[in-house]
Amino acid sequence: MRDVWSLYSEKVMEHFKNPRNVGEIENPDGVGHVGNPVCGDIMELYIKVKDSTIVDAKFKTFGCGAAIATSSMVTEMVKGKSIDEALEISNRALAEALDGLPPIKMHCSVLAEEALKSAVEDYLRKSKHVLSEAKEKKGSNKSE
Amino acid sequence: MRRIYLDHAATTPTQPEVVKAMLPYFTNAFGNPSSIHSYGQEAKGAIEEARDKVAALIGAPSEEIVFTSGGTEADNFALKGVAFANEGKGNHIITTSIEHHAVIETCKFLERRGFRVTYLPVDAYGLVAPDDVRKAITDKTILISVMHASNEVGTIEPITEIGKIAGEASVYFHTDAVQTVGHIPVNVDDLGVDLLSLSAHKLYGPKGVGVLYIRKGTWLVPFMHGGDQERRRRAGTDNVPAIVGFGKAAELAQKDLSKEAERLTSLRDELIKGLLERIDHIHLNGHPTIRLPNNVNVSVDFVEGESMLLNLDLEGICASTGSACSSSSLEPSHVLLALGLSPEQAHGSLRFTLGRENTEEGIECVLEVLPRVVAKLRAMSPLLKSHR
Ligand code: FES
Repeated sequence: MRDVWSLYSEKVMEHFKNPRNVGEIENPDGVGHVGNPVCGDIMELYIKVKDSTIVDAKFKTFGCGAAIATSSMVTEMVKGKSIDEALEISNRALAEALDGLPPIKMHCSVLAEEALKSAVEDYLRKSKHVLSEAKEKKGSNKSE
Repeated sequence: MRRIYLDHAATTPTQPEVVKAMLPYFTNAFGNPSSIHSYGQEAKGAIEEARDKVAALIGAPSEEIVFTSGGTEADNFALKGVAFANEGKGNHIITTSIEHHAVIETCKFLERRGFRVTYLPVDAYGLVAPDDVRKAITDKTILISVMHASNEVGTIEPITEIGKIAGEASVYFHTDAVQTVGHIPVNVDDLGVDLLSLSAHKLYGPKGVGVLYIRKGTWLVPFMHGGDQERRRRAGTDNVPAIVGFGKAAELAQKDLSKEAERLTSLRDELIKGLLERIDHIHLNGHPTIRLPNNVNVSVDFVEGESMLLNLDLEGICASTGSACSSSSLEPSHVLLALGLSPEQAHGSLRFTLGRENTEEGIECVLEVLPRVVAKLRAMSPLLKSHR
């Protein structure tokens, strides 16, 4: 018999026990807020962006062990990545980085992927806004 | 690491005395009770002795005890057996919305076969109103099935009152007593039931054996067809060692039933009180007093059950939850929803079910560990903020 029987891989349990980057970022550049339609859980992801690179990420999650571990993993993976690179992180990649998830828990990693996408989209929306605001400002300056 | 097992509603450890009683029936006394020779008769004697002991535990005559493979089979047997034998009389069955899956799924199966099933609601404590049962009876009603006590929230149903109503209406009455037999006094005549399901492994017996009590004169079709075992009501070579184990477990349960119930009730209340005191935004599920001596079920706001369970398990505490995340269907417990809990509250539910090995020390350990676990998870909960 094995010594320890566990639903999850050691890696999942390690992230579950010591989740990285728990919390919120003040004045974030992007926020993703998603709910899991399968079981009703919630994940929030905050990112800080500098020169198109994600420099910080934090999360808050209401959900199972897999949801907490994938949240923790996504914040680790995304740091230092460009916006384009971040958009390429898939739920499979997250699950793989955690040495796999039980099949029934794959939907929790989808939640993490979606939280990331929605945070990045929020950033892009805001930055466009900032950009156009800046342009407007320039325009009005000229007319003065 | 020391482990504290608080999931006795799921299963209980087989008592050493029970195992000891079973062992000879694997080896020396291995006979088939249907055989005429001495090996067979030795085994036959053993199962009849076990039958007497189980019968004594529920105040029934031995002939009305039928051994099955467990509680699920007993439930299936009762419902399908009565339904298919009484189709000519009617096609209506009354049950409740908080039954065990073994009853609910069997009812759904019967619905697909043309039967009509009424699922009665329960109040916020999980209690069924006897009057609702009375009102639901029609001239087509052939069976009423109401569980004796909820395996999830521990609420004990008014079976005696419902039994009277069923008796007056001459409708067969079944109760799933898997969680009560061996834990609180159960007497088939006092309860007024025609059929009653029980399971050995919930009362410190082995897995794989149960009983359906069938009152004499109850009309139902056999569950298994084959040999003549169990007075032709349940064919198949008898699981002799398990049946002997069940008998021993029943005997032991009867011995100190009231003392153990009292001991567990006081541990239960200590745990409930301690949890309500030490954790804010926590609610007791089920009835505060009309509940099983060993059941504590709470909902903790803003946190999810599986993540609480995993954290408790890391500290050696083994409990259970009705959270959607931990169910294979990813749906919250139908029982908690029937009590009127929101899906979020069901999400944060935790069930501790106490047993023989548990002591004051184990309770104190939970009271020390759980507040820490909840604080840790709340710190990462996005729900808490929106609440504030
Ligand atoms: S978050 Fe609900 S199952 Fe993972």
